[in-house]
Amino acid sequence: MTTILKKPGFNPDRKYKIIGTSPVKHDGFDKVTGRAKFAADAFLPGMLVGKVLRSPHPHAILKRIDTTQASKVPGVKAIITRDDFPEIKQGTGGGDMTRLAMAREKVYWEGHPVAAVAATSESAAKKALKLIEVEYEVLPHVIDPVEAMSPDAPILHDYMRTKGAKGPDAEKPTNVVERHALGIGDVDKGFAEADVIVEGTFDTKPMHQGYIELQSCVANYSDDGQVDLWCCTQAPWVYRDRLTEILKIESSKIRIQQSELGGGFGGKTTFYLEPLSVVLSRKAKCPVKMTLTRVEVMRATGPVSGTQSTIKMGCKKDGTIVAVDSTLVFQTGPYTGSAFTNAPQAMLTRYDLKNVRTVSYEVVSNRPKVSSFRAPCVPQVVFGVEGLIDELATKIGMDPIEMRLKNAIVEGHKTIYGETFNRIGFVETLEAAKACDHYRAPVPKGQARGIACGFWFNRGGETTGSMNLAPDGTVTITLGTADVAGSRMSMAMMAAEELGIPVDRVRAVLADTHSLGYNRVTAGSRTTFSSGIIVVDSARKIITELCRRAAKIWNVPEEGVVFEDGVCRPASSNVGEFEPLSIKDIAHKTTYTMGSISGHSEMNVTGAGPGFAVHIVDVEVDKETGLTSVKRYTIIEDAGKAISPAQVEGQFQGAAVQGIGWALNEEYVYGSDGRLQNPGFLDYRMPVASDVPMIDTVIVEVPNPKHPFGLRGVGEVPLTPAMAAIGNAIGHAIGIRPRSLPMSPPKVLAIIEEARARGVLPAG
Amino acid sequence: MSKKHHITTIVNGDEYEALCETRHTLLDVLRDELRLTGTKEGCATGDCGACSVMMDGRLVCSCLVLAVEADGKSIDTIEGMASGNELHPLQTKFLELNGLQCGICTPGFLIAARALLERNPDPTESEARYWLAGNLCRCTGYDKIIRAVLSAAAEMRGA
Repeated sequence: MTTILKKPGFNPDRKYKIIGTSPVKHDGFDKVTGRAKFAADAFLPGMLVGKVLRSPHPHAILKRIDTTQASKVPGVKAIITRDDFPEIKQGTGGGDMTRLAMAREKVYWEGHPVAAVAATSESAAKKALKLIEVEYEVLPHVIDPVEAMSPDAPILHDYMRTKGAKGPDAEKPTNVVERHALGIGDVDKGFAEADVIVEGTFDTKPMHQGYIELQSCVANYSDDGQVDLWCCTQAPWVYRDRLTEILKIESSKIRIQQSELGGGFGGKTTFYLEPLSVVLSRKAKCPVKMTLTRVEVMRATGPVSGTQSTIKMGCKKDGTIVAVDSTLVFQTGPYTGSAFTNAPQAMLTRYDLKNVRTVSYEVVSNRPKVSSFRAPCVPQVVFGVEGLIDELATKIGMDPIEMRLKNAIVEGHKTIYGETFNRIGFVETLEAAKACDHYRAPVPKGQARGIACGFWFNRGGETTGSMNLAPDGTVTITLGTADVAGSRMSMAMMAAEELGIPVDRVRAVLADTHSLGYNRVTAGSRTTFSSGIIVVDSARKIITELCRRAAKIWNVPEEGVVFEDGVCRPASSNVGEFEPLSIKDIAHKTTYTMGSISGHSEMNVTGAGPGFAVHIVDVEVDKETGLTSVKRYTIIEDAGKAISPAQVEGQFQGAAVQGIGWALNEEYVYGSDGRLQNPGFLDYRMPVASDVPMIDTVIVEVPNPKHPFGLRGVGEVPLTPAMAAIGNAIGHAIGIRPRSLPMSPPKVLAIIEEARARGVLPAG
Repeated sequence: MSKKHHITTIVNGDEYEALCETRHTLLDVLRDELRLTGTKEGCATGDCGACSVMMDGRLVCSCLVLAVEADGKSIDTIEGMASGNELHPLQTKFLELNGLQCGICTPGFLIAARALLERNPDPTESEARYWLAGNLCRCTGYDKIIRAVLSAAAEMRGA
């Protein structure tokens, strides 16, 4: 089908009726009554329960697996191991994927699946797991990525050679997946111009995405080889194609239906249970449901890359940043896939810098493979970058927002990674921050204030969708992107706006993989932007068809009909005198015109508008205990155009509190045995309601010229500066800016003592 | 096969019977036997509050109650919160003020918030935050949840 929306340009003169309001989300009703169907809420006739046996060792050779005794447990219908999966060469994408799902030659982390059982009850399955005999040859392990880079570290993969490495080490086995260099200008020349230079090494810990919904799925492998898979996912088509790759089942035989998604934040872009449940179902000849426990979620899914960043930055007395040099290390778990190259591209993109050098390393170690999380790998490095900018501003006596304004990029800026920006709103966002109540208010006594800025590219990509007009004039939309936080409603709003009908006459539903073509993963803050363009394009196709039908009904030429405010009317009095026809009028007559009316669209969407945010945070640090309390928090961010302002605010607020958790509390604790010691919500402590204040928001709207309504993605930008802003506030409170996350009480207390010893903080 | 126990409970006013293993929790029975899946499992250790229900008028994590303990008790779950077609004011305010995003934690928050307002019809923001500290939400940052609870409280007081 042709694409009508050739130039999805923004119309600054358009007045909106629905966009910019915050109607009640259609999916909300089932969510407040308990009827919404999440992944674990599905039941099929004859369904079995599947459970996973996991490695207790972080690194071992998997010598022998014996399931003889386990298979004798009453109620056990199938047991699967590595022998049930096709061999795919190690070190390839598919090879990594199948080994992540089920260990083959070795286990690479505590929690790595080694077998799975399907049985008539969970008790029977668990009993069988205990009877599976596994012989391991335990190997030395390495958890920390920096230690994993040392020459005497245990090597995970004998075949691994560093991509991008040069010199004699390039041919040796290593844990360094890739060395990636990115830069511009002449850093040495830049530093020579600097009046002030600061540097530091910053480390951040892996944190978990922390979605409350446990991963769950139900697979049904029919006797004729058709797979029906129900699961919570941000990436149904990606899951399907990966299943095709590792199980050698044709894509047309795999139908994935996404459930309501109980939180993802990037963590549900990767499958864990799905391949196991399909293979169990094939072997047991029954549907198989599998659900992770929270301990399994913590031990074997997610987390985010831990990082170490060594950064040096110089500026002139007037605030101009003249050079940045950095070495960045990213932990990825046992296999590549951290998306670490985001970091050198995004860490400084908001400042107009002439001289930058970055060298980044991705490193494997014996931990679960990392998964995406809001702006993968970027907030970790921004923690260091924005900390150093703050130190520079303090040293030259410049207001921190003025310092950023001095270096801020504007339209036409060519980024370090080659993109030239269209209209962007960083300066407007900084100005809005300067003008907001929070920044203008004096810092309360006993508190300190920090600010930081962040950026995320925002993405587009392959997207499909369909829109159908029913004979009663109502409209349904089938979406290819997942709904991670309310996008079905945003789509309904955009469709209603375009068609000139009330939003309650539109319903959006989520597609299964058989009903639409391929959709890229729902991530990168691409959903409302990309599917929004699909929705507008589909709606405009429907409008074109409505005009054709009106022309037919009136027996006038098509060009004699225009569509305005939800009705078709004659383009001029020359066409004739006709009563306007509403969508409902025409829909009702489709049987007598040319049949049903629908719009369909598929595009590789481009033109996502970059997003920028400023965070302002006031903290109080208890000098006796080192405990930090966040007292006031404001996010100022350019949303381009907020389709539903309440939902945009919700994105900002949720990100801020995730950032507070990452900044102050959240951390994986490993024992010397390489086992995770805090795999649960009691010891891995995410923020609760009493830990945080209200989160204030300022939505800046500098329209994205490449979207019909001007919107920009807002899912990821609001996490990027959070830890940096909190770190800067703590730094101002205690005299020395922390350089390691989490900024937990023991660490902050140690810095307080150091600050007192150095005389930068008065003695208590 | 382990011996099963026969239990009888009143759930949202209706009598239900179920067979359960000794190790089964009230949450297991609500979800897997009675198929009342509005009550969610987020941790099974009493740390996230997604499985909050009322048992004989007391707020509990149903993952920490053995099913046999619920025998003869009265249980209220999210499925019974609305009266017929009329939503509870908390449900209405969660909708109107966008107090939910993904919605997985929402049933637990609503049950816990109703328990708060039954004992304290006029909570301060701080009281609401501490009462709801047993319920984890990863999407919203709690702001709009707390506003919805305080707004529902005001409406229920006629304020």
